[in-house]
Amino acid sequence: MTTASSIARPSRLKSLMLALLLPLALGACGINNIPTKEEQAKAALADVQAQYQRRSDLIPNLVATVQGYAQQERSVLVEVTQARASATQVKLDAATITNPEMFAKYQAAQSQLSGVLGRLMMISEKYPDLKSNTNFLALQSQLEGTENRIAVARRDYNEAVRVYNTELRTFPGVIWASTVHKDSKAMIAFTATEAAKALRR
Amino acid sequence: MLVSVVMLALPAGAAPTFPPLTGRVVDNAHLLSAEGTQALSAKLEAFEAATGHQVVVVTLPTLQGYEIEDYGYQLGRTWQIGQKGKNDGALLIIAPTERKVRIEVGYGLEGVMTDALSNVIIQQKVLPSFKAGDMEAGIIGGTDAIIAQLSASPEEAAATLKAVSKPSHRSNSKIDPGALIMMIFVLFWVMGGVFGRRRGGLGALLPWIILSGSFGGGRSDNDGFGGGGFGGGGGSFGGGGSSGSW
Repeated sequence: MTTASSIARPSRLKSLMLALLLPLALGACGINNIPTKEEQAKAALADVQAQYQRRSDLIPNLVATVQGYAQQERSVLVEVTQARASATQVKLDAATITNPEMFAKYQAAQSQLSGVLGRLMMISEKYPDLKSNTNFLALQSQLEGTENRIAVARRDYNEAVRVYNTELRTFPGVIWASTVHKDSKAMIAFTATEAAKALRR
Repeated sequence: MLVSVVMLALPAGAAPTFPPLTGRVVDNAHLLSAEGTQALSAKLEAFEAATGHQVVVVTLPTLQGYEIEDYGYQLGRTWQIGQKGKNDGALLIIAPTERKVRIEVGYGLEGVMTDALSNVIIQQKVLPSFKAGDMEAGIIGGTDAIIAQLSASPEEAAATLKAVSKPSHRSNSKIDPGALIMMIFVLFWVMGGVFGRRRGGLGALLPWIILSGSFGGGRSDNDGFGGGGFGGGGGSFGGGGSSGSW
């Protein structure tokens, strides 16, 4: 009896220690890297989307202001409003962020909007009264700032995706990716567009 | 350790190179007089002591082919201007070769120092002097305006913004998830190291090898403010602010 319990005790202690330390050891082996980096990439994408939303929110005010000074530019104004509406309809959510088709659609809709906004700002150069309107100047600088934030947020997201995708394909991440984290799929990066750049000038 | 230092340097990729942060006024394009530099530095130091915000004036002989917007936020991140977690730093960047000027605003100040106000400061306080050829007056005028807005009471600051436009806010209350994750990793690292070493052999080395890899994206700590020198406080930038050219 006494011998049995004295053998049992250290082994129980050992298994308790193992149970306590195993998660820590696994943590050190990078088992958490995939979900961590995946969440970071998702957070970076949320930031991109927030900046696009911010741009979208500026547009009604901008259109209204330009309308007051440049009635004859109706067609561009209508285009801007339509592009905004269709960009609002294409959304990325948890189910679609790893879907290349949906991602391409989202990006296309947003860059379409960048394009027509760029044209609107070019046209406004023709109207001196509009250009000296305080409200318009404020909206213009806000739009420029937002385009710039979009560029920064997209770049940060791309970097987060690169880090995450690399983790999926390199040791030790590749082991976890094929076992514990089977559901973690590679994420998609934005491609460079010229439209956003053109607006900043 | 050496491995992780090398890893830190690598992911930078095709980023521009940045001048060292030598003080609150980094006049590499030599636009300021010695007295002007000194007065400006003293003003910015007093401002930081009073408000905690870090503002740095930098003149650059070249933007290395980058847009000032591209260069600016990366410079701010590299120098880590502003307090960690608050991201309340700002830069006034002047590139005389490209004839560009920019106010770069940290995440945490975007609500007080809006794009619209940054633009107004550039258009009204900076560019008129630059166009007249008086660079120092423009730089001082711009810095004074930035300091005035950032040291104003919330009501005064809001009134200034209202005069400029309706401000567009962005929520800044999020905790840096990266910092939190780093802390958890360090915890695992230390405990994993202790555990591994007890067993000896490869077990002791493995966490080190793996973690030196997974720490690739980390940032090195800055010297901070000790010894009278000046260093960034760990702030970050996201492209807020406004630019102008003359």
